Amino acid sequence: MSHVTSAVRPPLVTGGKTYADVTEDISRQVEGAPTREWTIAFTISVVVLIYGTACVFWTWWEGLGVWGLNKTIGWAWDITNFVWWVGIGHAGTLISAILLLFRQKWRTAVNRAAEAMTIFAVLCAASFILMHMGRPWLAYWALPLPNTFGSLWVNFKSPLVWDVFAISTYFTVSLVFWYMGLIPDLATIRDRARSKVSRYIYGAFAMGWNGSAKTWARYEYMSLILAGLSTPLVLSVHTIVSMDFATSVIPGWHTTIFPPYFVAGAIFSGFAMVQNLVLIIRVVFKLEDYITVEHIESMNKVITLTGSIVGVAYLTEFFIAWYSGNEFESYTFINRATGPYWWAYATMMTCNVLTPQLFWSRTIRRSVVWTFVLSVIVNIGMWFERFVIIATSLHRDYLPSSWAMFHPTLFDISDFIFTFGFFFTLFLLFSKFLPVVNMAEVKAVIKSSSERLPVSVSGVAKGERVANPTFNKDVE
Amino acid sequence: MSDVHGSGKFLVGIFDDDDVVLQAVKEVKNAGVRIHEVYTPFPIHGLDIALGHPRSRLGIAAFMFALSGTLTALALTYYTEGFDWPMIVGGKNSYSPIVYVPIIFELTVLFCALGMVGTFLISNGMGPTVKPLMYDLRTTDNKFAMAIDLSKNNIVEGDIEQILKDSGAAEVNVKQF
Repeated sequence: MSHVTSAVRPPLVTGGKTYADVTEDISRQVEGAPTREWTIAFTISVVVLIYGTACVFWTWWEGLGVWGLNKTIGWAWDITNFVWWVGIGHAGTLISAILLLFRQKWRTAVNRAAEAMTIFAVLCAASFILMHMGRPWLAYWALPLPNTFGSLWVNFKSPLVWDVFAISTYFTVSLVFWYMGLIPDLATIRDRARSKVSRYIYGAFAMGWNGSAKTWARYEYMSLILAGLSTPLVLSVHTIVSMDFATSVIPGWHTTIFPPYFVAGAIFSGFAMVQNLVLIIRVVFKLEDYITVEHIESMNKVITLTGSIVGVAYLTEFFIAWYSGNEFESYTFINRATGPYWWAYATMMTCNVLTPQLFWSRTIRRSVVWTFVLSVIVNIGMWFERFVIIATSLHRDYLPSSWAMFHPTLFDISDFIFTFGFFFTLFLLFSKFLPVVNMAEVKAVIKSSSERLPVSVSGVAKGERVANPTFNKDVE
Repeated sequence: MSDVHGSGKFLVGIFDDDDVVLQAVKEVKNAGVRIHEVYTPFPIHGLDIALGHPRSRLGIAAFMFALSGTLTALALTYYTEGFDWPMIVGGKNSYSPIVYVPIIFELTVLFCALGMVGTFLISNGMGPTVKPLMYDLRTTDNKFAMAIDLSKNNIVEGDIEQILKDSGAAEVNVKQF
């Protein structure tokens, strides 16, 4: 039976699309030659990537002294960027797993791109972990290897080791989830392929998918279990990232509300990044009928909710700092807001708490331009949030003689730019060679959620929706 | 495995609509025809039940893999920190299962996800070098194909063709593997 959706819900797919239209519209950009816009964007990304790679190489060659770190501020842009990228990497699996469990069908149009974004963002985050080690060739020391590699095992009580497990598990499971979702669509492209080479390549990645009822039944069962596994996994990743700070004894870091606060912030920034990417995709690939204003509005609602949670968390932190009666704690927070880094704090507050509240207005929530601008602002704000937490908590420690400021060097900035080159190169490759919308899932919801009038039902006025339509695309 | 490696002569009914093919499965079965399998571009809920496929046991596999992940994590943390090289950090017990909850959780999820996906691929006979038997290439696009193995049916070909057409098939083709 087709999925049943309330008739009062606005359609998820507009423009009267048939199953064949879905295949055609979404496969088009995979099969055709790269567009001019794509080629230009890809060239820019690759140039940025090459520049960034050279700078990262220099960082490793010369050592972390090329960064602006000092004795007081031992973590600054590196971990800020890491947490920022990991946070962005939360939306994809949230959309595909949690929204699957909640039966939110609008996720079908955006989950593919969001999951790709997740995977690439986690890779960018991991690159900062490698970079901040200084000696990346010894990164495997973080793994629990037998004693012959050193005198000790890793300390399993350390949140940093938990992080290794959490992020590598998250990356692996997200990748598997994404790839499993791709298989039916890869088979579609395989069966449409005209050239032998693409039939062979897409065929190998489609793993011999044949779409039998038995395979689909198993597939759906597997997706459900993967979603069930990924849901606590998404929440665990940023919880554990927050514990890197929360289990320390630094005022401003050792806050018990960090896990839910970080998770909300991660979803907040992740959705903002998804908005930025899908707003471009839907225009460039002409997918306005699949990624509709309804989708954008739904995601804006999530942004408003999580943004408000983040706002409450900021205020709670401040209240607790005062209520604790601990001088050091209070000082850290007052210094954050009024000290030399007041501008970073003000940026964070404005971008994360104030401007997203504009989304309470339906007009703004449904406006593409507003959404794009506000989403960029959210991502700026979330970067500053991590900078405020990490650097401003450190810059004035217990000993006034060691108070310092952080000044980013060219390499701090360039290593951050590297991840943008990396991210956009991967994302553009994805958007050219893989279907950016999950065709099979969109086909599964199209009947219950399409504007299209069933041709076999007569006596129904155009625009009127019927409860249980059947339609035959060949009749038209 | 059997869905991938079919052989012999098949009648393939092509349908245009998911609701029609679901109804057709019931009608064709009632007419006494044994259906080999139905191929669809997207999952149709209830189709596997209508075809009489047994419920997937993937959940059992997933649970076993999850359990093996939990046990691995417990064994790893116990061996390293409780037995091989006990470390006292902050005056606390060198081995305490509570602090290993994140490790235990992550390994449980990791083993479960990878094991289940592996089981899924193996049970469907899928792999990078597998060439699928496609009864109709359009079934990954917009058509729904009902394949009927003629060697497993005692009804004459022409009658089966008529049954398929009566149940709503837009076309009926012969496919030989």
